[in-house]
Amino acid sequence: MKLLRTFFDKQKPHFEKGGKWEKFYYIFEAHETLLFTPKSTTNATGTQIKDAIDMKRMMMTVLISMIPCLIFGIFNVGYQHFIAQGQEVSFLSLDTLVIGAIKVLPVVVVSYATGLSIEFIFATIRRHPVNEGFLVTGMLIPLVMPPTVPLWQVALATAFAVVIGKEAFGGTGMNILNVALTARAFLYFAYPTDMSGDVWTYVGDTQLVDGYSGATALAIAAEASTAESPVVAALGNSWYSGLFDFGNLIWGQIPGSIGETSVIMSLIGGAILILTGVGSWKIIVSVFGGAYAMGLLFNVIGANTYMLMPAEYHLVIGGLAFGAVFMATDPVTATQTETGKWIYGFLIGVITVIIRVVNPAYPEGIMMAILLMNVFAPLIDYYIVQANKKRRLQRATV
Amino acid sequence: MSKFVKLKKGFDIKLAGKAEKQIAGVVQPDTFAVKPTDFQGILRPKVLVKEGENVKAGTPVLIDGKNDKIKHTAPVSGEIVAVKRGDKRKLLEIVILSDREIEYVEFPTYTISDIVNLKKEDCVEPLISSGVWPNIIQRPYGIIADPDTSPKSIFISAFDTHPLAPDQDFLLKDQDKFFEAGIAVLRKFSPSIHLNVNANSEVSGLFSQVKDIQINKFSGPHPAGNVGVQIHHIDPIRKGDIVWTVSPFGVAQIGKLFLEGRYDASRLIAFTGSEINSPKYYRTYTGANIRKFVENNLKSEHVRYISGNVLTGQKIEKDGHIGFYDSQVTVIPEGDYHEFFGWILPDAKKLSFHRAFGLLSFLMPKKDFVVDTNTHGEDRAFVQTGVFERVIPMDILPMYLIKAIMAEDFDGMEALGIYEVIEEDLALCEFVDVSKHDIQAILREGIDLMQYS
Repeated sequence: MKLLRTFFDKQKPHFEKGGKWEKFYYIFEAHETLLFTPKSTTNATGTQIKDAIDMKRMMMTVLISMIPCLIFGIFNVGYQHFIAQGQEVSFLSLDTLVIGAIKVLPVVVVSYATGLSIEFIFATIRRHPVNEGFLVTGMLIPLVMPPTVPLWQVALATAFAVVIGKEAFGGTGMNILNVALTARAFLYFAYPTDMSGDVWTYVGDTQLVDGYSGATALAIAAEASTAESPVVAALGNSWYSGLFDFGNLIWGQIPGSIGETSVIMSLIGGAILILTGVGSWKIIVSVFGGAYAMGLLFNVIGANTYMLMPAEYHLVIGGLAFGAVFMATDPVTATQTETGKWIYGFLIGVITVIIRVVNPAYPEGIMMAILLMNVFAPLIDYYIVQANKKRRLQRATV
Repeated sequence: MSKFVKLKKGFDIKLAGKAEKQIAGVVQPDTFAVKPTDFQGILRPKVLVKEGENVKAGTPVLIDGKNDKIKHTAPVSGEIVAVKRGDKRKLLEIVILSDREIEYVEFPTYTISDIVNLKKEDCVEPLISSGVWPNIIQRPYGIIADPDTSPKSIFISAFDTHPLAPDQDFLLKDQDKFFEAGIAVLRKFSPSIHLNVNANSEVSGLFSQVKDIQINKFSGPHPAGNVGVQIHHIDPIRKGDIVWTVSPFGVAQIGKLFLEGRYDASRLIAFTGSEINSPKYYRTYTGANIRKFVENNLKSEHVRYISGNVLTGQKIEKDGHIGFYDSQVTVIPEGDYHEFFGWILPDAKKLSFHRAFGLLSFLMPKKDFVVDTNTHGEDRAFVQTGVFERVIPMDILPMYLIKAIMAEDFDGMEALGIYEVIEEDLALCEFVDVSKHDIQAILREGIDLMQYS
């Protein structure tokens, strides 16, 4: 430790103003502050003490809350692989772990490597500190990718999202769209064939079990609706017995993006975010509330069988839980007023269900709903702030 | 008429080193200072005395060249030993070597019943020439009040919720008649005087027995004791309104001037903080040099001396002088050290408003923490939202106000409430900010923009 400190102290002059690697100061700073908190002290005026929190700790808290989803996702990728081949394996076994790790970890590595390289390049060119936001984005991107995604697409999507989605707007804190969802949406529109259809399970080269279908719950629901047969029955009628039972939809041993399948794991992450105060509970609760309310409304309208699907199913199929917990709560792209957070979350839930049920072109609605509400978040805030200004102006005096 | 306001938002910063309610033995420093930097809005400080000159307590030593109505006077009698200047010849302090026996400039004396019959005009003159006037602060802007204006109301906060704040009752022990006289003088300027007391503790006779003023009760965590928060809930400042605020000590000092005819700068100062051996009160004068109080009274050597409290105070040197408005000195450890993986290891010793991973201080709400001056992180862009709102018990959106200031959006600043706040009201935002912005400095820039352009 002391050795490391001496090393950094020795190198520091080279990176400071006038040093030979002055240009790379922020890269140096990023590495130094990762190991050691800076020794800077408060100013002579202003608060003389500061809270123990910093951006790194906050972002790490989010990262920690995603670990259950990541681990579950790794096992699930392996598990889906084996049941597609007709092999019975237990969910938590070495086999599932190995297959899952082989598919998932490279995606994680590529996402971080691409994103961090770009962050470092921008930090050097634009002379700003490396922001910790990518710690979270770099993990979110793999978790919303299908397990079969080609690695070069991950790199391309990450690069697009970081450069166009974030740096073009001025960097961390200034972006309008959620960076991880930008990556996902980019792939969805640029390479639709790799982002839909039978991509949700890594099947490998071997013979598949009879009757196998790679469809997700969302796809089955949409198909059933077109065929005018009840959705719940179609879900129950899966090629693998009990795959889309309500209980398993919550638990998450189903095909889907790497990290989004388990509602339970998402909720564990959500609990961590809420208990630590890092994520807004208002947003999480209101996304679920909005989706449920819209589901009930569709039940009443009942124009097709998808609309008649019990509303609680909307909460457990697709990536609603994952999106509500990890994507909608991104403080930069969400509404920034407390009242606005209720409206923002509720509308995400509502729009997700509308897209799922009404628009057959997009089986999953949460991604679009969040991106859409990202765009409208400043508008919601605008009205909340205007209301505050008006209220302040009209205050009666004693 | 009296109101009860219950506030929920805010945060009590609990630090180790609260001063015992006890006056320590007599220690008198050699030098005292008048510092123009203590006052907001002095544009061109002008020194009225030369080094070597002798002054009495109450002799004017400093005026603002732009606004010569207001005079700053010497707190003690003695010899001017230094006029210290900093970069670009900025005036830093006028240092007075104190006499053993203080000599006073004499002003006319009155009895309580005389004061009642005085006219406003008769009161202004002694207030200004004696140097007690700067105790009167004007909102908006938080500057020294303009004697030519009349405020719609005057607010006095009878309790201080800042970290390790001195006990206001104790500061004014046995000064009841001066406080009452001070109120009588202030009534000349505005019929509406609000005295705001702490609903959660017993209110001393000193404050509860003053007649003809409105006494409001406030309860809640810091900043419930901030006069700005209290104004917001009782009689909010709108565009064009003027409200004055005075500290209880200031009121008593005004009263003393009229009853005894002197600018009496003697006051109790609480020496607080985790690094002080025995935190206690000392009797001295405004602007005292702290060296004699802290020497041989410290637990460690590498410390920061703060005139005032840890949220709004100012760093001073070991040989520095206490500010005009401060009845408190805080001494805490300096935090200029590196910490290995300090940003992620769980730690129960670090104080935090947040509960992010590893920050465990919320589990011990009763504990007194030792906090140093380390910033615990680097400047970052605004990312986290909804935190400032949780520490500001006012119908103000602090994040939007700060952003309006950064964008120099004048209409926005006005509509979002810049007239209602000064630095101390948003100090908690600066403490809890994840992105480590200097919120108070930004706010002052905004206030300056509103005031001067």
